[in-house]
Amino acid sequence: MPVIEVNNLSKIFGKRSKEALSLLENGHSKDEILKKTGSTVGVNRASFQVEAGEVFVIMGLSGSGKSTLVRLLNRLIDPTAGDVLIDGENLSKMNKEELLQVRRQKMSMVFQKFGLFPFRTVLENTVFGMEVQGMDKEERERKATEALELVGLGNFIHQYPNQLSGGMQQRVGLARALANDPEVLLMDEAFSALDPLIRKDMQDELMDLQEKMQKTIIFITHDLDEALRIGDRIALMKDGSIVQIGTPEEILMNPANDYVERFVEDVDRSKVLTAENIMMRPETVDIDKHGPRVALERMREQGLSSIYVIDRSRNLKGYVVADDVLQAKNDQITSLEGIIRKDMPTIDQTTSIHDIFDVIHDSPVPVAVTEEGKLRGIIVRGTLIAALANANGNGVEDDA
Amino acid sequence: MLDFIPSLPMADWIDDAVKWVTATFDFLFDPVKEHFGNLLDITAEYLAMVPPIIIILLVALLAFFISGKKFGLAAFSIVGLIFIENQDLWSELMFTFTLVLYASLIAVIIGIPVGILMSKSSIAENVIKPILDFMQTMPAFVYLIPAVAFFGIGMVPGVFASVIFASPPVIRFTNLGIRQVSTELVEASDAFGATGRQKLFKVELPMAKQTIMAGVNQTIMLSLSMVVIASMIGAKGLGRDVLSALQRAEAGSGFVAGISIVILAIIIDRLTQNLNKPKQ
Repeated sequence: MPVIEVNNLSKIFGKRSKEALSLLENGHSKDEILKKTGSTVGVNRASFQVEAGEVFVIMGLSGSGKSTLVRLLNRLIDPTAGDVLIDGENLSKMNKEELLQVRRQKMSMVFQKFGLFPFRTVLENTVFGMEVQGMDKEERERKATEALELVGLGNFIHQYPNQLSGGMQQRVGLARALANDPEVLLMDEAFSALDPLIRKDMQDELMDLQEKMQKTIIFITHDLDEALRIGDRIALMKDGSIVQIGTPEEILMNPANDYVERFVEDVDRSKVLTAENIMMRPETVDIDKHGPRVALERMREQGLSSIYVIDRSRNLKGYVVADDVLQAKNDQITSLEGIIRKDMPTIDQTTSIHDIFDVIHDSPVPVAVTEEGKLRGIIVRGTLIAALANANGNGVEDDA
Repeated sequence: MLDFIPSLPMADWIDDAVKWVTATFDFLFDPVKEHFGNLLDITAEYLAMVPPIIIILLVALLAFFISGKKFGLAAFSIVGLIFIENQDLWSELMFTFTLVLYASLIAVIIGIPVGILMSKSSIAENVIKPILDFMQTMPAFVYLIPAVAFFGIGMVPGVFASVIFASPPVIRFTNLGIRQVSTELVEASDAFGATGRQKLFKVELPMAKQTIMAGVNQTIMLSLSMVVIASMIGAKGLGRDVLSALQRAEAGSGFVAGISIVILAIIIDRLTQNLNKPKQ
């Protein structure tokens, strides 16, 4: 069962929200509805599910409704229509008291500008969630101290927020959210206010923490690089609607429409494309069946100076070069066994393009892409450059 | 040109209303007048019984510590208060201080909750705001008339009129201070499951404290400015000296009493402002 299930969730700001909602259901656009009713569509019939332990990124430019959407999840904003289910319980139908319990026990939030109380020390900020629950002082301070140590702020518990750097302040925000051990972490542009280097550190740290804690995280961002780094799945929003949901791979490789495509255009492709995405189908000979004659024939057909050798179950054995094969053929040798070379560059299929550069740089033969020792494909310098140069995301060689 | 509209007996209506209120709430006004009047007199008399030198030293010490161990305000307090004592206005000063103290206290006790109500409800804000505008723009003298009707003459109607005149700033500033708390902090307290009361006391009031204190300062200053006006209906204190100097055209004693009020105002203002400075 998903931890969070969102069904047809809509939020309309303005007085004539009912009228606007029915227009929305009849397929009118955000602009038309604004003109006709004066109401603004914040979120337009969003539906998705988030599984336990998943990092679900909601991405969009400013004004796309992503911040509204995350606030609908803990009802900081009341939805106009639709349901949010937490562990199967419908948040939209809860009364005040039940909602309070969900906020106290199941979800915490991390804010863009940290949301720390300036008149409270780091420790006093971190205990806040437990304090309002009425947990006794000793216990809440122990838990808060643990959380602060987890984020590396064990020595700063008696400082005030304005005495800390931005990165440290957000660690306090994170510790406060983690202190009462919620199931779901809502992170609203949590790292957007930090400078790029710190942001990267925080992303890494979040991933490390996530490995240990396995929380369900809903992460809002406008930064695609960030989304790709930390997201298990990404939902892309535009004008209040979710345009596409998918793994980082799927979003990059198969943008659902022009909007997503334009969005992903700017990404440094070398970081996200892996060997698997750009490798070509390899020409091979089977060491168990083929001898020098077949090898030579294939090389001549394809215009190659070398060819990869595999066995019956596609395990990579090595490669042979044309000169050796010709020699063997002239010497009447029927097996390739003796002339196999093994100094080829080999990479796993999940290697990012970035790392392939180092390998491919001065290799005489194409790079072999393997999966558990089996040859899956090859990469030549040309494909690599083509993949990087490819600006519109289509046409990447993907024959394997 | 507009002669065809008969003259509206507005003044009569208000007279009737005041009469009605006086008669109906007599049971309330009388004990208030008696007991509160006694309290005011006793407070002022007790203060006047304390040897001036002790009060001067206490004020100087307070000024020294509140202003962050600086001598400026403390020195000013000593010189200023000795001047007032020297002009033989000490007991008047005590009455004035008593009036300001009680008027400000009542204004703050009423004002802060009203300000909180305004900040929480837009309806309340829309209703109360024009009332505050009315209270502040109406010439302060006008309040003296019903005040006398309700409480007779003396200190009590003076405090009453001062409260009406001086409470708008603390109400406005409380409202403003709470509404100014950043959305993110309000969301943070909501997101962690704080109840409305917890949010108010743990987040909003601490965040709004500085603004509210600025309002309190304004309220104190306004009630001090009512001192002279309140003396017209028999409130004792420095105001009475100003008034009688005016009636006898004695510029000298008028200024002496006036300067005494200014000295008191400066001391109270600087003290409350320093109280409001953020701790470093």
